[in-house]
Amino acid sequence: MDRKPTARAAADPRRRALRRRRLLGAAFALPALLLLGALVAYPVVFSVGRSLFDASGDRFVGADNYVEMVRDPATLKALRNSALWVVVAPALLTGLGLLLAVLTERVRWATAFKLVLFLPMAVSFLAAGIVFRLAYEQDPDRGVLNAVVVGVHDAFAEPSPYPTARARDGRGLAGGPADGYTSGELRPGSVAVLPFVGVAPGAVPAGAEAARAPAPAPDGLAGTVYLDFTPGTGGRPGVVDDREKGLPGMTVEAVRDGRAVATARTAADGSFHFDGLGDGTYRLRVPAANFAAGYGGVDWLGPALVTPAIIGAYLWVWTGFSMVLIGAGLAALPRDVLEAARVDGANERQIFRRITVPLLAPVLTVVFVTLVINVMKVFDLVYVIAPGPVQEEANVLATRMWLVSFGGGNDQGLGSALSVLLLLLVVPAMVFNIRRFRKGGS
Amino acid sequence: MRRPSLTTLRATGALTAALALALTACGGDADPKSGGELAGTTVTVAGVWTGGEQKNFKKVLDAFSAKTGAKTVFVPSGDNVSTFVGSKIEGGNAPEVVLVPQVGVLRQFAEAGWLTPLSEKTATTAAGNLAPVWKEYGTVDGAYYGLYFKAAHKSTVWYAPDALEQAGVAEPKSWDELLASGRTLADSGRPAFAVAGEDGWTLTDWFENVYLSQAGPEKYDLLARHELKWTDPSVVTALTTLAEVFEDERLVAGGAAEALRTDFPGSVEKVFGPEPKAALVYEGDFVGGVARDEFGRKPGEDAKFFPFPPVGSGKAPVVSGGDAAVVLKDAKNADAGMRLLEFLATPEAAEVWAGAGGFLSPNKDVKPEAYADDTARATAASLVAAGDTVRFDMSDQAPAAFGGTKGAGEWKLLQDFLRDPSDPKRTAAALEAAAAKAYGN
Repeated sequence: MDRKPTARAAADPRRRALRRRRLLGAAFALPALLLLGALVAYPVVFSVGRSLFDASGDRFVGADNYVEMVRDPATLKALRNSALWVVVAPALLTGLGLLLAVLTERVRWATAFKLVLFLPMAVSFLAAGIVFRLAYEQDPDRGVLNAVVVGVHDAFAEPSPYPTARARDGRGLAGGPADGYTSGELRPGSVAVLPFVGVAPGAVPAGAEAARAPAPAPDGLAGTVYLDFTPGTGGRPGVVDDREKGLPGMTVEAVRDGRAVATARTAADGSFHFDGLGDGTYRLRVPAANFAAGYGGVDWLGPALVTPAIIGAYLWVWTGFSMVLIGAGLAALPRDVLEAARVDGANERQIFRRITVPLLAPVLTVVFVTLVINVMKVFDLVYVIAPGPVQEEANVLATRMWLVSFGGGNDQGLGSALSVLLLLLVVPAMVFNIRRFRKGGS
Repeated sequence: MRRPSLTTLRATGALTAALALALTACGGDADPKSGGELAGTTVTVAGVWTGGEQKNFKKVLDAFSAKTGAKTVFVPSGDNVSTFVGSKIEGGNAPEVVLVPQVGVLRQFAEAGWLTPLSEKTATTAAGNLAPVWKEYGTVDGAYYGLYFKAAHKSTVWYAPDALEQAGVAEPKSWDELLASGRTLADSGRPAFAVAGEDGWTLTDWFENVYLSQAGPEKYDLLARHELKWTDPSVVTALTTLAEVFEDERLVAGGAAEALRTDFPGSVEKVFGPEPKAALVYEGDFVGGVARDEFGRKPGEDAKFFPFPPVGSGKAPVVSGGDAAVVLKDAKNADAGMRLLEFLATPEAAEVWAGAGGFLSPNKDVKPEAYADDTARATAASLVAAGDTVRFDMSDQAPAAFGGTKGAGEWKLLQDFLRDPSDPKRTAAALEAAAAKAYGN
């Protein structure tokens, strides 16, 4: 802009001073700019360039990696999960934080309460992930959540007596453990032996006696439900052998024309009998309730629930953060407005909705946007909590990017393409936040 | 699969394992005897071994020091050997000898030009002791680089003897017998197999045993190199055979859903733990070690194994793996390193570790009485007897993206297959698609 610096500068000392100031400014900014260039700008440019090359980095492939990205079902799944995270987690966290901040303002021991809620922030994601991985275990003996769920469930529903039992195949009983077993047609006066297997010797009730089928009354049916397996040899299938025990406590129904007309429970030797049945043909049914598998609790880490479960863990870590930030905003609210509203007769709910929330809006927005950016890059929780078989179902963009680049496939071309996508998704939130900061500063 | 060292198995998660590695990551020295032809030279050895394995290998190194006077140092490399060795070479600090746990890594080293071929003497000693197949797995492009020192036997089915006795069945001798015995076991109230579906590598081992026996070693080799497509009918047949186990609730304890939540140590616990829920667990010879260390069982007494039975008209499979010793070209004392390999090729070296336990040698001149217990003796005998029909773990030979990555490739697809074994053809097609991508051919 200055074509003849020496002549003009001599003529205009003010201009020279300005130039010096600018140079000085540039000199001061240079280290920061260099660092920024080396640590931020260069990697971004490099990633964009790298995303146009193949896995080995030798061959230019143009937009192939981006095409592959939208064609690959695993990446699409990661994209969908990331979307779910962004939609759900920040909104929930901001809401929860607001609620807790408003509530803790009113309790005694507010500081202690806040401290406890804030504590998880001091736990690393890695440690939190390991803790929740254990908490979400399916086995109620290990996973605390399922221990609670199963405990509550079993308090209301009696567990079935023989969860592992199955009828011996091809010995007169048709059906399956899921819908019960039914025998062939029987006339009053006949005896039925109903063979079952798959019950461990230790699982047979202690009072069980050797199986025995009683003689039926002329107008009745009788028989035995027994464990058709002799320890050590197996025994003859479908025949009551010497050492084979009855299965006490089984429910057996006599069915006529598809309707149960009588119900019996087996005795210690597995025997049961129905008396006083009318003439006709009957079937014996051993209902499914006898075999219902024990309630195993919720499959937290199964393909369907794994992402919500991880979001839950994330909430645990971050609720304190949003609560404290919003709490600080709340403390700075002008008290006179609130008092004026109270004097005017507004109730607490009105105050919350019409005054607190609108006045807090700037803080809420900052918390929300910060969380959106944070949620975009969530990695450790997903990586630690998701078990191998459902990892693909739990992946978000960040984990997918890492796995593609370094987790075995070593396709850093595709990985770079994913990181560029991630960058593009974060940019709007960044721009929004920076704008807000600027507005706040001016 | 990634060969699980005992320490890694003991750790409940990868993170704990990493921590354990960091804690044990200190070199070990062996005092050289004064004199000896190599007195004053130092041989550095890098390997993945930690814990007991490391301790026992140092005994072997001590024996070498006592013999030659060389000073030996063992450096744990962490799980990623190639990254470790690569950085050491670049830093001008290459170890003399590296113990490479996977065939694919050996090939990678050789292709990078890092290795020195075995000396004449080592090669001759090895040729006398090892079946030719071990030489083949140590050879890359015609040059013999890797001397197999420690082997794994991955065709053993472990069982709790009391369960088989209770059900009145004997060790099955064929696949059909295995299925029938398994169902009888289920009838007796103890479902047959604990399958570790949460760890993908155990499923690849299942498949490899069935495939090796059913399709034969030639096809196995072709498939391992991906010169045969996974859509080949032989693969579909093997998957169908495997589905006979996977789809049967009587054969898989708790059904597929529970299997998918069971990791490898968990599957051993289901058979040998305090509350047994299954009778059989299939995996390598290291199951015995876990049953002993974690659950106080005595291998050979209350934890026994039978060889994976032959499938159809095939021979009984012997799937194996091992650690190969290689000498790095850029090391300072590469010649002394080669002397160590000469020593490792002798039965004498193998017998040192065999006596300490947790070790199998592919060396056929190792005396059976050198092994610490009957189980090790029996697995070693089976491995040596299989001679040239031994095949290496296929997923170890594949690129990691296909055969060695959690939640991807073969691991993931076989887990999906365990969840829903109804369509072997679709699984085969998916495997082919993933393999084509990873192999790039």
